[in-house]
Amino acid sequence: MENLEAIKEAVNKGKRKEIAGLVQTALDNGTEPKVIINNYMIEAMKEVGARFEAKKIFVPEMMMAALTMQTGLDVIKPLLEKSGKNVEKLGIVVMGTVFGDLHDIGKNLAILMLESAGFEVHNIGENVPAATFVEKATELNADIVGLSSLLTTGDPHVKETVAAIKNSPLGDKVKVMCGGAAVTEKFAVGECGADGHAVDAIAGVKLAQKFVGVG
Amino acid sequence: MQTKISSDKKEVIIGHDQPVVAIGERINPTGRSKLANALEQGDFAYVQNEALKQVKAGCQVLGINVGVSGADEAALMVDTLHAVREVTDTPLCLDSANPKVLQAGLEVYKGKALVNSVNGEDAKLKEVLPMVAHYKTAVVALTMDDKGIPTDVPTRLAIADKIFNEAAKLGIPTEDIIIDPLAMSVAADDQSGLGALDSLAQIRDRFGVNQTIGASNISFGLPARRAINCVFLAMAIVNGLTCPITDPTVWEIRQTLLLTDLFHGKDSFAMNYISAYRDNFPQDE
Repeated sequence: MENLEAIKEAVNKGKRKEIAGLVQTALDNGTEPKVIINNYMIEAMKEVGARFEAKKIFVPEMMMAALTMQTGLDVIKPLLEKSGKNVEKLGIVVMGTVFGDLHDIGKNLAILMLESAGFEVHNIGENVPAATFVEKATELNADIVGLSSLLTTGDPHVKETVAAIKNSPLGDKVKVMCGGAAVTEKFAVGECGADGHAVDAIAGVKLAQKFVGVG
Repeated sequence: MQTKISSDKKEVIIGHDQPVVAIGERINPTGRSKLANALEQGDFAYVQNEALKQVKAGCQVLGINVGVSGADEAALMVDTLHAVREVTDTPLCLDSANPKVLQAGLEVYKGKALVNSVNGEDAKLKEVLPMVAHYKTAVVALTMDDKGIPTDVPTRLAIADKIFNEAAKLGIPTEDIIIDPLAMSVAADDQSGLGALDSLAQIRDRFGVNQTIGASNISFGLPARRAINCVFLAMAIVNGLTCPITDPTVWEIRQTLLLTDLFHGKDSFAMNYISAYRDNFPQDE
């Protein structure tokens, strides 16, 4: 128990050097990987998200926490693969920056936080045409598609991409969320018909959780 | 190397031997909902006030970006240029990611404008450089290309080199290209400040050109952003930044720019600094 609380604490505080040893000890003690991930790591990331929202911590601290969790997951993954067991994912998310836009920092940060919350995330890159969003979402059987747009000239592409997804056979099976400096709630949801808009990575996680009916 | 930008009435010289030229960033609706509303409703008095505020705070060039979603950006650009020209003869920097908007603006602009921007993407080079050559403007060139936004210095240098070469083919002189080596948030990548600073220095040393940078990205995601922006600005100016895109209506920013001039021996008897101080704190007289 003490050791498991230490895992939570390590993720919470971004102690990257300690996490691998702590996770290994927990596994050696017979703790289920699923328990380590869901009850301690993801729990820790929930607290991190809440503190970020309350402006108690800042982007680098949030990133360190997420990277610490990933370092811990790297210890668990080979074990899961060997046993053939998979930890249940909250859902599958496809994330990309819209056509004509090469910005990646915000999108990648959002991906890191979604993964840390337990989503399976596929990064389809930047400058992504509408048709590719549809293609990838179909191929990967996505629950959610996330669009990032940092340029106001990206507006028509946001609109086009949302429409392409909604008019495809995917239809309303896939939820679409938008983020990035160029998009507002009014534009994304009101004008383009997206299912939601997020102002930052943590808001994105919350929105995704809402879409899949958790949190 | 000097870059000259002008309106029909006024010329501004940007150069390493000149005081820093601030390009005012406030006429840009991204992240400014009041301005976005004003532009949507054709409230040009609001835009004119923004222009005057920035000129009063020492901006020698004003950026004009009217990218509001759903609006006819080209028409809005033309109307905004006229409205701003009514209240100031400060030279302008026409800023749009859409070449058609730049074209519409340049068609009515009197003087030698600064165009923001071209970059190393093949399509951009093809669309924007001929316009720069035709209207004989200066242009901001971002060191990014079809592969994305580089974080390392050599890729930035290579992209800058490519842009100079493409421009030369159209007869655009190197001094009319102002490089923006792109500073990204240090919160997301703690090496990005160093990368931008090294790029500024190496681009200055190798090409001798003027450089701009949008200095407020750097602080995104960190607390007390104003101080971060000021420190970065000062360091960037030491490394070759000559015309930042920034907001001198924030006193600390204006102070930083003036103090870098003073420390570089470009402010005789510190008179520019002192008069800016008096202008900003009239009650202390």
